[in-house]
Amino acid sequence: MLAKRIIPCLDVKDGRTVKGINFVDLRDAGDAVELARAYADLGADELTFLDITATVEERDTFSSLVRRISQVINIPFTVGGGIRTIRDVGVMLEAGADKISINSMAVKDPSVIDQMANEFGSQCIVCAIDVKRSLKGNWEVFIAGGRIPTSIDALSWAREVQERGAGEILLTSMDADGTKAGFDLDITRQISDALTIPLIASGGAGTKEHFVDVFTQGKADAALAASIFHFSEIPIPELKIFLQNRGIPIRLR
Amino acid sequence: MSRTVAVVKYNAGNIRSVLCALDRLGYKGVVTDDEKRLRSASRVIFPGVGEAYSAMEYLRRTHLDEVLTSLTQPFLGICLGLQLMCDHSEERDTSCLSIFPTRIRLFPSVGEKIPHMGWNTVRHTGDYLFRDIEQDQYLYFVHSFYAEASEKSIATCQYADTTFSAAIGHENYRGVQFHPEKSGAAGALILSNFLKGEQF
Repeated sequence: MLAKRIIPCLDVKDGRTVKGINFVDLRDAGDAVELARAYADLGADELTFLDITATVEERDTFSSLVRRISQVINIPFTVGGGIRTIRDVGVMLEAGADKISINSMAVKDPSVIDQMANEFGSQCIVCAIDVKRSLKGNWEVFIAGGRIPTSIDALSWAREVQERGAGEILLTSMDADGTKAGFDLDITRQISDALTIPLIASGGAGTKEHFVDVFTQGKADAALAASIFHFSEIPIPELKIFLQNRGIPIRLR
Repeated sequence: MSRTVAVVKYNAGNIRSVLCALDRLGYKGVVTDDEKRLRSASRVIFPGVGEAYSAMEYLRRTHLDEVLTSLTQPFLGICLGLQLMCDHSEERDTSCLSIFPTRIRLFPSVGEKIPHMGWNTVRHTGDYLFRDIEQDQYLYFVHSFYAEASEKSIATCQYADTTFSAAIGHENYRGVQFHPEKSGAAGALILSNFLKGEQF
């Protein structure tokens, strides 16, 4: 039985994790490589690293970090943040990333999805979509880290990126993100039902029950979260046992 | 003797994660398409991510197809590697290497997500590759096409109402559909079994 995936997300700047991480038994919790190893040992099913740096020099730091992560980590990992060109994708895959995620760039020029999927294969192209419920009752796509509204409908955009060759969608609800009030089950389910590629849900996780909800009612294939894992509010092993006891297929070993 | 493993160099995908996995186990992967080096290696790994038709075109053009099908040392195909070792793939109607008498099909659309992506449970027959691996072990898969289950299957997995070959064995040849290099400790053990195993 295919397991539902639990994916911690790490924000990285200058090769170090940011946002603060409170992890026991780590010599240097700011070291992204060591944290990645700790998460893999705890049973994370995949990892996601987001590069939040701005300059080109810092990007080189990021690709060398990706290289070090791939030496250490024996589970799949995705990298995102600032990936704009085919060449950027090639650099990250060559450094050992399994998948790359794109967001704003894909909205500005959707044909890059086709190009990247043709060049590297759909299985390594994740399309990140940030959405916000609009007054019209649908969900609107935002870009530039949620700063810029696009007036694009989330459901039709999700269909388009699948059509163009994306292999997976990472859906973040901006309304839910940071609230710890639960995932946005409505749009998660709508997109999951409409698509044939896997969907990762993100934004809003606060309790173990929220994960049950996003897998059952939201029909997500995977769930991504950051702070609740980083601060051990919900330890991954405990979460996974909870999910299994609730009848959700989950990998415990 | 040799802690060196030949990794077949061709036009399919990124092999860095396989090299890193070998490194973690204390082996050095040498990426090569040189016939002599392939024939003299103690082990050969045939990785692959990508698309069957263009990969087979490349193998035929470079005559690597003849080399790969006539090797005698332990040989391990991974993911697309396994699929290329079969008779035929539905992916662009491609004739493959025919090491395994098996056909590669596209998963049916039955409401399950395609590609089959993530950790799934595997049942094995006790082949040396799976020594000390428990039944129903979770391993990591990413693929849209699958090898049919057959008497050559040494492990099976279920997805989209289909039981397919998670691993196939014939003589010195083994193929795995999952990614041992990305399957945590269990995957590392499977790779280690391949690297150390005597029997085939």
